[in-house]
Amino acid sequence: MTALPERIERKLGLVIDLDTCVGCHACVISCKGWNTENYGAPLSDMDAYGADPVGTFLNRVHSYEIQPEGGGCAQTVHFPKSCLHCEDAPCVTVCPTGASYKRAEDGIVLVNEDACIGCGLCAWACPYGAREMDQAEGVMKKCTLCVDRIYNENLEEVDRVPACVRTCPAGARHFGDLGDPDSAVSQLVAERGGFDLMPEQGTKPVNKYLPPRPKDRLTGGVATAPVLPTERRDATGFLAWLDRTLEKI
Amino acid sequence: MNQPWIDTSPKVSDEIRKTTCYMCACRCGINVHMKEGRVAYIEGNRDHPVNKGVLCAKGSAGIMQVNAPARLRAPLRRVGPRGSGEFKEISWDEALGLAREWLTPIRKSDPSKLAFFTGRDQSQSFTSFWAQAFGTPNYAAHGGFCSVNMAAAGIYTMGGAFWEFGQPDWDRAKLFMLFGVAEDHDSNPIKMGIGKLKARGARIIGVNPIRSGYNAVADEWLGITPGTDGLLILSLVHCLMEAGKIDLDYLARYTDAPLLVDDETGLFLRDDGGKTLVIDRATGHLRPFDEKGVRPDLNASHPGHRTVMQLMAERYLKPEYAPEAVADRCGIAAPRIRAVAAEIARVAFDEAITLDQAWTDFRGERHEKMTGRPVAFHAMRGISAHSNGFQTCRALHVLQILLGSVEVPGGFRFKPPYPKPATAHPKPHCKTTPDMPLDGPHLGFVHGPEDLALKADGSPARIDKAFTWENPMSAHGLMHMVISNAHAGDPYRIDTLFMYMANMSWNSSMNTGGVMKMLTDTDENGDYVIPRIIYSDAYSSEMVAYADLVLPDTTYLERHDCISLLDRPICEADAAADAIRWPVVEPDRDVRGFQTALIQLANLMELPGFVHEDGSPKWQDYADYIVNHERKPGVGPLAGFRGDGEQVGRGTPNPDQLKRYIDNGGFFVSHIPEGADFYKPWNMAYQDWAVGMGLYDAPQPYLFNLYVEPMRKFQRAAEGHGDRQPPDHLRDQIRKVMDPLPIWYAPFEDGHADPEEYPIHALTQRPMAMYHSWGSQNAWLRQIHGRNPMYVPREIWDSHGFADGDWARVSSIHGAITVPVALHAGLNGSTIWTWNAIGKRKGAWALDKDAPEATKGFLLNHLIHELQPPRGDGMRWSNSDPITGQAAWFDLRVKIEKMPAQHETDPDMGAMASPVGRGPRNLRWKVGK
Repeated sequence: MTALPERIERKLGLVIDLDTCVGCHACVISCKGWNTENYGAPLSDMDAYGADPVGTFLNRVHSYEIQPEGGGCAQTVHFPKSCLHCEDAPCVTVCPTGASYKRAEDGIVLVNEDACIGCGLCAWACPYGAREMDQAEGVMKKCTLCVDRIYNENLEEVDRVPACVRTCPAGARHFGDLGDPDSAVSQLVAERGGFDLMPEQGTKPVNKYLPPRPKDRLTGGVATAPVLPTERRDATGFLAWLDRTLEKI
Repeated sequence: MNQPWIDTSPKVSDEIRKTTCYMCACRCGINVHMKEGRVAYIEGNRDHPVNKGVLCAKGSAGIMQVNAPARLRAPLRRVGPRGSGEFKEISWDEALGLAREWLTPIRKSDPSKLAFFTGRDQSQSFTSFWAQAFGTPNYAAHGGFCSVNMAAAGIYTMGGAFWEFGQPDWDRAKLFMLFGVAEDHDSNPIKMGIGKLKARGARIIGVNPIRSGYNAVADEWLGITPGTDGLLILSLVHCLMEAGKIDLDYLARYTDAPLLVDDETGLFLRDDGGKTLVIDRATGHLRPFDEKGVRPDLNASHPGHRTVMQLMAERYLKPEYAPEAVADRCGIAAPRIRAVAAEIARVAFDEAITLDQAWTDFRGERHEKMTGRPVAFHAMRGISAHSNGFQTCRALHVLQILLGSVEVPGGFRFKPPYPKPATAHPKPHCKTTPDMPLDGPHLGFVHGPEDLALKADGSPARIDKAFTWENPMSAHGLMHMVISNAHAGDPYRIDTLFMYMANMSWNSSMNTGGVMKMLTDTDENGDYVIPRIIYSDAYSSEMVAYADLVLPDTTYLERHDCISLLDRPICEADAAADAIRWPVVEPDRDVRGFQTALIQLANLMELPGFVHEDGSPKWQDYADYIVNHERKPGVGPLAGFRGDGEQVGRGTPNPDQLKRYIDNGGFFVSHIPEGADFYKPWNMAYQDWAVGMGLYDAPQPYLFNLYVEPMRKFQRAAEGHGDRQPPDHLRDQIRKVMDPLPIWYAPFEDGHADPEEYPIHALTQRPMAMYHSWGSQNAWLRQIHGRNPMYVPREIWDSHGFADGDWARVSSIHGAITVPVALHAGLNGSTIWTWNAIGKRKGAWALDKDAPEATKGFLLNHLIHELQPPRGDGMRWSNSDPITGQAAWFDLRVKIEKMPAQHETDPDMGAMASPVGRGPRNLRWKVGK
């Protein structure tokens, strides 16, 4: 069993806007590209051109249909999901070798691949399904919050964000310190009613989601535009209105 | 606490090479990170005008494309029967020699025996130049089966179109309305724009039968019945006119609304010099539309004439356009249509924007401010790919113009080289002479029957019958008809079909199985009916198997390209911009960029324009052409770094030009001066800037065309006026569809397929991670979209008793497929859909024969014929828009029946041999140590 640090200095994480995410998978592939080439073993793809391709991804987008309460059209929510870097991370405490750990300085949950025995307990313990066993390497892979980007002095400062955040075309992904109430991400969460995923699990996820805005409100129940007088809603009425109006221009 | 040490500052790469993406048509700038000379990682280029650093899934997956096992390795000559996929590798000398041997006799006898169609080509100013030099009239790219209705309607109506030639004002729009777009060519800019709108609290209305992608994040979703968008739009026009919510000042000054239409002829009143006339509201006198000080009168009285505004009032205020009259057909409740109209009106007029920016219009009048109507629109294939698509696209532009929301802050803005009216475009050319170039550019805009591409005997000059009475305004040609017409010998037989990046034996054709038969059909002598096929592709696509000679192209990271102001640039609304591709890695195979191969073939054949008088080549390869070709003196493919390196737009060729582009990140931008960046068609500051850039030779201000007079000229011909007359069997159709003011008519399929028997509409969408991509076999992307069930709405799901895991037979009047189904509740109740082009043929793309794409994937194309059903008149009526020839993919009507589950989808088109084998089993792709 592995201990969580007693004190976390910063709570780095993601804020994902479900109102804006169009489900394009840009974050999924950018993550795949960066993390195949960088931290740890490459993210493998088994049977890559075959009948049952199974690759390792640290971030996936799921789409769900939701039937709004009180009727109305079904809505689709695109739901990107990766490790939420929980404060009470069960994947860490369950690890028998200390390979899974939470960093004291920024709260990032990482896997030390040298110590990972591929037992899979952490994936079992994670209520979010956010860890994937790499089939080729036999080690557990997970979101690193691009720990090798966010402090990387070989990158320009503007690029020191996770690959998924840098690439998101719709700007639906935000990165920052959720432990600092004044940070831009904390402000965004406060303004938009950001929420925890499955809070009942007691994991205290650091990542937050922003809810979709209400939809389909132009039903005709509200006032419509002022119209030409009823008796003149034809070409004659229109041209009379036109003449009157042109006089005023 | 014992944390391991980790390196948080690893070296990212040895070098970054900046080029242009080609995973789709969006043309984003990319940073290609190199390690040890190999591609290690691809990300967006922050400085690039298109994507400003972001990148989509396709772009980031480019590394799997440059390494794809499906890449062709060397030129191929067919050794087995066509379609078998059996080839032998040959040298480039042999390949180009063979092409010369085949093509030279054609050129010397009858150049029209070559049909040269270039698919997803982004170098059309070059490929059309080649085809002109060859002398064949038979050239186009894939616009005819993609979105020509959108492009042509935009250019005829307002001198510009969505995507490449214009964009919403993402920074100022407060309401954005999107029609028929799941994903689009402009993929990252739309996502970035939606992000901007959302961040500002602006609202989005999505009109689409399918609530996916952008429509899923829209604030309002109108789940319209396919093919009725035009009716909805004209109903919105009805509501806005009824409410008096139209921009009268804008209409009077900048559009043809005040022009006088002759009651008898339907043509504009003109002076002796041919200039259109208006009544000046101040004096009551007839005046040229552009005279200084004229205040055109929208409600003018002139004997025997009515203004366009008056004609529109007569038409669109009729009760047949009221929401209550269209609601059932559109599948949208009338109060909701009225509420949407009210919201559009509220934002356009109550939330108008004013910029303190003075400008001077083409009449010489100075305006102190710029007024914006912050309602922006965008639309693409969903409304375009119907037989009523042109009129629907026209209707949308008319709606924009009535609101005064084109080329104003917050509305829709043109991108250079647009605005450019239809009259400033070339007309089609089709005059062939043995051993001589064509008489001019193939494609263009017709302005009346006199511009049609007809032979002296009135028969079509082009193999695709573009610019004929069947579809007079076919500005992009009809690629989907080429093989069918060539096979039928209608209008004539050809010798060689030469194609590039066009998967015609699979997802790029209607009637896929039929096309495969046409490509392999033999005559009574046992010879192929289409005698020779040359094909160029970078990958082992399904079409490769049907070629006699394959010219292997490079991947996009191994080639030179230019994204040029001469055809399809990457401009922004406030800047002219173009870009290059360059070989960030050298090919490790015996392949050549297609454009280079074309130049080398032209040099071998000594085509005019490509060689000097002594027969020596002007250009060795495409890079040489990009730098040194001049379309007119000083104007070449690239606008940046000309002359001494500092000249923009116009300047002599600069031998260092490509290096300057590479040093600049692969692109060039020249900003439009402040004050010139709105009202461009009428703003003299913009007009003068455009002349300086070489976009125009002289200022060319013009009026928007609510009323498209050239369409009226075709109607008049159909009524019997003029020397050039349509055949009798087309008169009714021309009279009906060529209405100069937008109309709606039911999609043609509704008249062929009994709506009782075939009550369901069937559509396809491309997923965002594959849109317009030549890479759906990509190892990473196929894990996201490797299967494509037929999605069925709740109504049909329940009434047919479907359950998870069920299969269904889907039939049209033309064919049937048997496929897996899945429930999708956010769907128009009479519509089913699937992802397009996921299905693959066994043996193609270096995939396993049991890959899900080949076993569970399928194409809807089998249900769609390129011809309408026979009418017993002996004519072949194409399944296209009768105005532009746009392929009417989305007219399709089907029925659906529950079937027992199958192991594989039907039809199974059999396997082809793979010329490249199959891909590696597992990938652990790490380039760096």
